[in-house]
Amino acid sequence: MTTSTMFTKILIANRGEIACRIIKTARRMGINTVAVYSDADKNALHVTMADEAVYIGASPSRDSYLVAEKVIEAAKTTGAQAIHPGYGFLSENADFCRMCAENDITFIGPPVGAIEAMGSKSAAKSIMEKANVPLVPGYHGDDQSEAVLKKAADDMGYPVLLKATAGGGGKGMRQVWSSDEFAEGLAAAKREAASSFGDDTMLVEKYLTQPRHVEIQIFCDNHDNAVYLFERDCSVQRRHQKVIEEAPAPGMTDELRDQMGQAAIQSAKAIGYQGAGTVEFLLDVDGSFYFMEMNTRLQVEHPVTELITDQDLVEWQLRVASGETLPKTQAELAIKGHAFEARIYAEDPDNDFLPATGKLSFLVPPLESEHVRVDTGVRQGDEVSVYYDPMIAKLIVWDESREKALQRMAKALGEYRVSGVTTNIDFLYNLATCAPFVNAELDTGFIEKHNDIIFHKDQRALANELPMAALYLVLSRAEQAQKVATKTNDPFSPWNATNAWRMNEANAQSIVLNHSDTDYEVVIEQKRQGSDSYYLVQIGEQSYDCQGNIDGNALYFNINGYRSCAQIAHNEQQISLYRADGVFNFNQVLPDLGEAGEDAGHGGLAAPMNGTMVDVLVSAGDKVEKDQPLVIMEAMKMEHTIKAPSAGVVTALFYQPGDMVDGGAELLSFEADE
Amino acid sequence: MPKITSKINTRSAEFLENAEHMQAQVDDLKAKLDIIKLGGGEKSRERHLSRGKLLPRDRVYQLLDEGSPFLELSQLAAYEVYDDNVPAAGIITGIGRVGGQECIIVANDATVKGGTYYPLTVKKHLRAQTIAQENNLPCIYLVDSGGANLPNQDDVFPDREHFGRIFFNQANMSAQNIPQIAVVMGSCTAGGAYVPAMADESIIVKEQGTIFLAGPPLVKAATGEVVSAEDLGGADVHCRTSGVSDHYAQNDHHALEIARSAVKNLNRVKPMQLNIEAVEEPAYDVNEIYGVIPKDARQPFDVREVIARIVDGSEFDEFKALYGTTLVCGFARIFGYPVGIVANNGILFGESAQKGAHFIELCSQRKIPLVFLQNITGFMVGQQYEAGGIAKHGAKMVTAVACAQVPKFTVLIGGSFGAGNYGMCGRAYDPRFLFMWPNARISVMGGEQAAGVLAQVKSDQMAKRGESWSDEEQAQFKQPIIDTYEHQGHPYYASARLWDDGVIDPADTRQVLGLAISASLNKPIADTQFGVFRM
Repeated sequence: MTTSTMFTKILIANRGEIACRIIKTARRMGINTVAVYSDADKNALHVTMADEAVYIGASPSRDSYLVAEKVIEAAKTTGAQAIHPGYGFLSENADFCRMCAENDITFIGPPVGAIEAMGSKSAAKSIMEKANVPLVPGYHGDDQSEAVLKKAADDMGYPVLLKATAGGGGKGMRQVWSSDEFAEGLAAAKREAASSFGDDTMLVEKYLTQPRHVEIQIFCDNHDNAVYLFERDCSVQRRHQKVIEEAPAPGMTDELRDQMGQAAIQSAKAIGYQGAGTVEFLLDVDGSFYFMEMNTRLQVEHPVTELITDQDLVEWQLRVASGETLPKTQAELAIKGHAFEARIYAEDPDNDFLPATGKLSFLVPPLESEHVRVDTGVRQGDEVSVYYDPMIAKLIVWDESREKALQRMAKALGEYRVSGVTTNIDFLYNLATCAPFVNAELDTGFIEKHNDIIFHKDQRALANELPMAALYLVLSRAEQAQKVATKTNDPFSPWNATNAWRMNEANAQSIVLNHSDTDYEVVIEQKRQGSDSYYLVQIGEQSYDCQGNIDGNALYFNINGYRSCAQIAHNEQQISLYRADGVFNFNQVLPDLGEAGEDAGHGGLAAPMNGTMVDVLVSAGDKVEKDQPLVIMEAMKMEHTIKAPSAGVVTALFYQPGDMVDGGAELLSFEADE
Repeated sequence: MPKITSKINTRSAEFLENAEHMQAQVDDLKAKLDIIKLGGGEKSRERHLSRGKLLPRDRVYQLLDEGSPFLELSQLAAYEVYDDNVPAAGIITGIGRVGGQECIIVANDATVKGGTYYPLTVKKHLRAQTIAQENNLPCIYLVDSGGANLPNQDDVFPDREHFGRIFFNQANMSAQNIPQIAVVMGSCTAGGAYVPAMADESIIVKEQGTIFLAGPPLVKAATGEVVSAEDLGGADVHCRTSGVSDHYAQNDHHALEIARSAVKNLNRVKPMQLNIEAVEEPAYDVNEIYGVIPKDARQPFDVREVIARIVDGSEFDEFKALYGTTLVCGFARIFGYPVGIVANNGILFGESAQKGAHFIELCSQRKIPLVFLQNITGFMVGQQYEAGGIAKHGAKMVTAVACAQVPKFTVLIGGSFGAGNYGMCGRAYDPRFLFMWPNARISVMGGEQAAGVLAQVKSDQMAKRGESWSDEEQAQFKQPIIDTYEHQGHPYYASARLWDDGVIDPADTRQVLGLAISASLNKPIADTQFGVFRM
C-alpha cells in the first residue's frame, strides 16, 4: 500500500458556485486554492475566495475555461499539485486528464480510461451490456445515416429519444413523437450537438413515457473499495434539465435501493472507476430500472446526498485523489432525513425558460442554517452574462421527513429575493408547493403534465389575493411615506398621509393591478382616521373590509374576517404573494406616458437576449407568413427561433451567422402587412 | 396638558337628535357636491374624453403624489349665482402634495362652458393665488380654458381684482421665488396665453395644448391668413420654434409626470419654527361633534366639547379660565403643531374681548398659530356696557386680530354676526383659511334682529304720522326680511361668493385644520407689530 499525502495546493478549473463550493472544503482542510478566470469573471466571487487566481483568457469559455493548456500552465505556474475540474468544462475531457498526468498533476477524478469508456454514450452502453447492467432498448451504432437512424426509431416504435453520444445536460437531445417529425428533430439535435460538443454522433433510444430518473452516487478509491451513497430522484426536469432533485427517492424500498446500488458499483467496476461518480437509471413504474449513463464527475446535485449522509463529497474526492482509502465503508453509511435541491436560474419560465441575463441589482438569499444551504457563485451587483450557464444558486434544504423538508424549501424560496434579472424562483415555488409534487407523483414528464397548476393557468382564487396585494400596496406606501417623513423637519404633518384624503368625498384611490395579462381595477377607501381605520376594497361587484400590517416581508391581514399571513416580495411595480399553495404575481399598472410606441407601425425584431446568430433563414425582400421562422439565435447553448410576428416583408437583415448579438438589438427590419 | 372631560351623554335623546340633524345637513352638502364634482354635463364630459383628455379632477389626482390628501377649496363657488349652471365656477383649486411639496393646484374645467372665466372663476383663481402667496406655496396651473367669458366681460376684465390680476400675481410670486408652473392641456387663448407665457416653466401636450394671442378665426378676420390651431400654437410650434413652452408632453399623463419632475427640481425646504410633537388622536370621537351642536341654533353649547374633538389627545391648557368666560382661550396641539385657540362661548363682553386681545398678543409673541372657532352673535349692547367701554375693548381685540402676523385659521361653527365676525377673524382679517360648517350663518346681524330693527324704525316713522300697525302686519313685514337674511346668511350662499374657502363636514375639522396649518408653515412666521391699543 502506498502512503498518501494530502495536497497542499489545488487548482480549481471551474467557476461559479462549484468553484466556490470546492474552495470552501479545501480551505477547511487547510489546502491552498488557485482559481482561474476569464475577462467576464475578473471580479467574480470564486476569484476573490481563492488564495490565488490566474487569468486564462477571454470571456467565451472556448477561449478560457475550455482551454486545457492554459489551465495546466496556470497549475504549473502556481505550483498546484492537483486540479479539481468541478462539473462541465474539462471535467469529463479525457485529453485534459491525460495532460494532467503528463505534467505530473493529479486530476481529481477518475482515470482516463473510465472517462473514455463513459464519454461516448453508445460505447458506455456496450460495456454495460457486457457487465449485465440492464439497458433501455436502443440503437448505438456507428452508421449515422439518417435512414439507418430513422429505421431504428421506426423499429423500436415512437416515442424515441435522440441523444448526442458526446452529450450531457440536455444539450443535443430531442424527443421525437412520430415518424414525420424525425428528420426535423434529428437536424436540430445534430446542430446543437455539433455546436456544444463538436461531435454530432447520435444514438436513438426507446423513450419511456412515465419513467423516473433515479441516480446512484458511487465512490471508489484506488484500493479496490467501492461504496454507494444511495440514490437521488431527479425526475422533475424540463427539457431534460434537472429542476428539483431530492434524496432519498420517494417510495424507494431497501431492497430496490440495494439492487440499484449494487448495479451501480458493478458499472463502476466494469470500467475500473476511481473517485466520485453517478450512475443514472431510468426507473419504470414496475420497479425495473435501466442504465442510462454514468457521469464521471461530481454532480450539480451532490449536496442532497451530502445532507442525508452527513458527508462532504468534495473532501472524499480530495482524500481519494491523494491516495487515501474511502472515509467510510458501506456499513458505516446510512440515510438520515430528507433533502431537496432547487436550482435557481436566471431564466424566464413564462417564456419557454428563455435564459435571462443582466445585473443582479438586488440579491438576498434566505438565511443559511442547519436546514438551509445556499451554494452560489454570485453576489448582489454581479452580472449574469451570456457566456456561461445562467445558474444563480442551488438552494438545498434538509429536514427529518420529506414533508418537513418540502416546507423548508417553500419557505426558503419565498424568502429568496432577486431583482434585476428574471428568475425561475416563482416557478420553483409553485412547483414545490403543488399537490402532485407534495404527493411525490414523480416522473420525468412531471412539468409538462402539471403545467397548468404550476403556471396558475386555472385563474383560481384571485378573490383573496387581489385584495391582499392591494392592501399590501397601500400599507407599504404608508410605511414608505412615514420613513421619508421622519427625515424631514415636518415629520407629523397630515400631508405625509397616503390615504388620499378628499374634501367632502370618500377617501378612495384606484389602483390597477395586472395578473396573468388581465388588468383589475381595485378601489381602496380608507374608512375612519387613526388607529381604528380600515380599508374598504372594491373589486368589481365584490367588496372587502381589510385590515393589516406589514412586518418585514410578511403581510398580516384580516380580509372579511379571514386572518392569515402572506410572504411578500415587492420590487418596483411587481408584487409577489407567497401563499401556501403557490406564488401570485401582480404588476401595478401605471399610466401610459405615451413615450413608447413612438415608432409603432414599422420597426424591427429585437434579440430576446445576448447571444450568437446561428442561422438566417430569410433574405431581405422575402415575404413571410405569420410565425414563419426568420432567424435562429443561440444563447447559453440553447437555440431560440425568432419568428415573424405577422405576415409581412423582411426589409433588411443586420447579422450574419456567427455574429454576437446584444439583447435588445434589432436583428432585422420587418414591415407587417396591412 | 390637562385633558378636557366631556360632559356629553352620547346616548341621550338630545344628542341623537342633534346628530341626526347635522347628518342631514352634511348629507345635503355632499349630495350637492357630488353633482358639482362631475363638472359639465355628460355630453361635454364625453366630448372631452373622446379627445383623449383626462377629466380635470383626474388630472389633479394624477398630478398628486400617490395617496396625497387634496385640500380642495371653494367647491361651492358660483353655486346658484348665475343664470347659467357653472359648477365650481368651472375651475378646481386646492392644495396637494406634489413631489413631496405642498402646492397650490389650479385646474380649468373645460367641460364647464369651455373653461371660460366667469367673475367668480376669476375670484376663485385669485383666491388660490392669494393662498399660494400668503403661504409660500408653488403654483401649478393645469390650463384648458377659452379665456374670459365674453358675455360677462365687464365683471371679468377691467377692474383691479379681475383677469389681469392673475398675471400680475404670477409675476410677483415668481419674483418672490414662489414657483409658477403651467401645464397646457387644452386651449390658452388671448389673455389665457399669458398663464404659460408668464410661468417659470411650462409644459404642453402635443395635439391638445395650444397657446396663441388670437385663435385661427380672429387671425383670418384680421389678416386673411388661414392656419390650423395646431400650426398656429401647438406643442411643436412652442417647444421647437417659439420657445413659449419648455417641455413637450406626449399626453396628459406624460405632462403631469413632467410637472411632478419640475416640482422635484425646485429645491425647497420647509422652514420649521414650531416645537412639534408626535400626533395623538383626540380622546373623543371626532364624529361626536354632530351631536354636540344643538339642533336649535339659539341653544348655547360648551365650545370645549368641540375643542375636545379637534385637538390632540383632547388636551387643552386654558388661559384665564375664570375671567371673561364667554371667550375660551387656550393652548393645544393639532397634528402635533402648537396652536392657540380662541373660541366663543357666548356673547362678547369687555372682559372677554380684553382677554382675547391678550391671548392673541401671547400667540403672536410666541409665534403660535391661532385657530378661531366662531359662534358669535356680537358684542354686548346696552348703556351699562357702552359706558364700560365695550367699543374700545372690542377695538383692542380687533386690533390684535388684524395685526397678528401668525397664521390664523377661522372656522365658523355657528353664528357669525356683526362686529363679532371682526374680532373673531372674519374674512376681512386675512385668516390664511376660513371654513364654514353647514349649520353656520353669516350676516351683519341675525335675521330676527334685523327685521326687529327695521320694524322698529318703521313703527317710529308711523308713530310720527300718527299711524299704527297690527302685530300681524308687523309679522308680515318682518318675514321677508328674516327669509332674505336666512337665505343670504346660509353657508351655500356665502361659499358660492367666495366669502369662505369652503363648507366642510364638521367631522373633518381636525383634518382640515391640520392640513391648513401644515401648509401655512411653508411661509416663515413674521414678527408682529401691533397698532395702538385704545386703553
